[in-house]
Amino acid sequence: MEFYSEKVMDHFMNPRNVGEIPDADGIGTVGNPVCGDVMRMYIKIENGVIVDAKFKTFGCGAAVATSSMVTEMVKGKTIEEALKISNKAVAEALGGLPPIKMHCSVLAEQALRKAIADYYRKIGKDPSSFEPKEENQH
Amino acid sequence: MRRIYLDYAATSPCDPEVIKAMQPFFFDKFGNPSSLHSFGQEVKKEIEKARETIASFLGADPSEIVFTSGGTESNNFSLFGVAYALEEKGNHIITSSIEHHAVLEPVKVLERRGFKVTYLKVDKYGLVDPQEVKKAITDKTILISIMHANNEIGTIQPIREIAKIAKEKDIYFHTDAVQTVGHIPVNVDELGVDLLSLSAHKFYGPKGAGALYIRKGTRIQRFLHGGDQENSRRASTHNTAGIIGMAKAIELCREKMQEEAEFQTNLRDKIIRQVLEKIPEVYLNGHPNLRLPNNVNFSVKYIEGESILLNLDLLGIAVSTGSACTSSSLEPSHVLLAIGLPAEIAHGSLRITLGRWTKEEDIDYLLEVLPKVVDKLRKMSPFYRS
Repeated sequence: MEFYSEKVMDHFMNPRNVGEIPDADGIGTVGNPVCGDVMRMYIKIENGVIVDAKFKTFGCGAAVATSSMVTEMVKGKTIEEALKISNKAVAEALGGLPPIKMHCSVLAEQALRKAIADYYRKIGKDPSSFEPKEENQH
Repeated sequence: MRRIYLDYAATSPCDPEVIKAMQPFFFDKFGNPSSLHSFGQEVKKEIEKARETIASFLGADPSEIVFTSGGTESNNFSLFGVAYALEEKGNHIITSSIEHHAVLEPVKVLERRGFKVTYLKVDKYGLVDPQEVKKAITDKTILISIMHANNEIGTIQPIREIAKIAKEKDIYFHTDAVQTVGHIPVNVDELGVDLLSLSAHKFYGPKGAGALYIRKGTRIQRFLHGGDQENSRRASTHNTAGIIGMAKAIELCREKMQEEAEFQTNLRDKIIRQVLEKIPEVYLNGHPNLRLPNNVNFSVKYIEGESILLNLDLLGIAVSTGSACTSSSLEPSHVLLAIGLPAEIAHGSLRITLGRWTKEEDIDYLLEVLPKVVDKLRKMSPFYRS
């Protein structure tokens, strides 16, 4: 399979952290089934550190792989560090994505930000500086 | 690893007998059939024999067959050729919303250049209603183009009925028969068409070879300008090996088509029966009976087509999907949307197409692994609740 890198195929076929966190501190859902991609991310936070992350994704190979990779990347990071994870960093960690699949890495970044925004709201903080706007999602 | 090809509607392998027939035309018989010397004339003779073979298979006269580079060119030729030949007479074209892009895109270009186009809706099976064709006709209608069978969902259109209506109103009728020639009987008089496109690589011939049937007397402008090949109807040096290969492929189809169609229909129905039985919330797209013998198309709820395709590919099985994921538009297949599927269901579509080398054990393997793949992906889906 030349279309995707080996890393993408690995994360697609053996996705890490699939599932839900029943008592999640933050949940973020992005995408739209009409466009063919929906990601839902669950995070567990202790003392400002993301101690667990899980996901469920409806979508293509790249959508699953970027979801899997971003959950791996955030574990153990503080919220501030997690907010610095860009879609490019996710794509790079996967050994690159075909250009028409870059939007999947954007979705992964946004799912994470939405999950953190959800947590912020629960603890009474304002997430507007980093929360993705609805119209930017597809 | 075991490799199983179930994407024959995308392209088929060249039959080894076709390759054998083509072989001499690369070196021994390399001449240009337009040349007057013996090198050219010996090839010209073979090209004309090929034309006869193809014409007789379609019930046409050899003079009504023009060789082209394939289905796309034949469709472009028909649409632009008739539109420009008859633009004095009228500017209205009727087609359907589920045509191949090789029809829809030329038609859109014509629309931008001032032609009026009616895109007929189809029912949930993908069928065009001949009465709707009748209603769409105006005194400006110059061409009706409806495909013989759909490449995605396999639905076979009531071409005869539509052609009858076109004939009554004296309007040219074109059909894109790329998916049917060599798979089900295609006879230009029985169908009543004026123009018919076909492509060799869909029936075990080579890529880059096709033909357009043009009924005698049909007014059409040439599409490729240049030399006077093909009676000045299509310029370009003949693709000699390709034409010979196409004719050989037709000959093989004449021998094998009926038996193959029966065998494939049985396998097709086995897949449909067992998948619907084994996997919950899967729907068949297209018509249960009025469909190509080799076509199965499902929508699998809660999951996305590319994911299914990739999983099957890693298990050695090649299929295709109408999901948007490899297109830049994010829009799923226009055909699946036209039959009324919601976009999220259209994204979960899977096309399985059989062919000459498909064995029953290949299908058994598919039926064994597909439920597991679906189950695995559904467990990952945010929409699925088991």
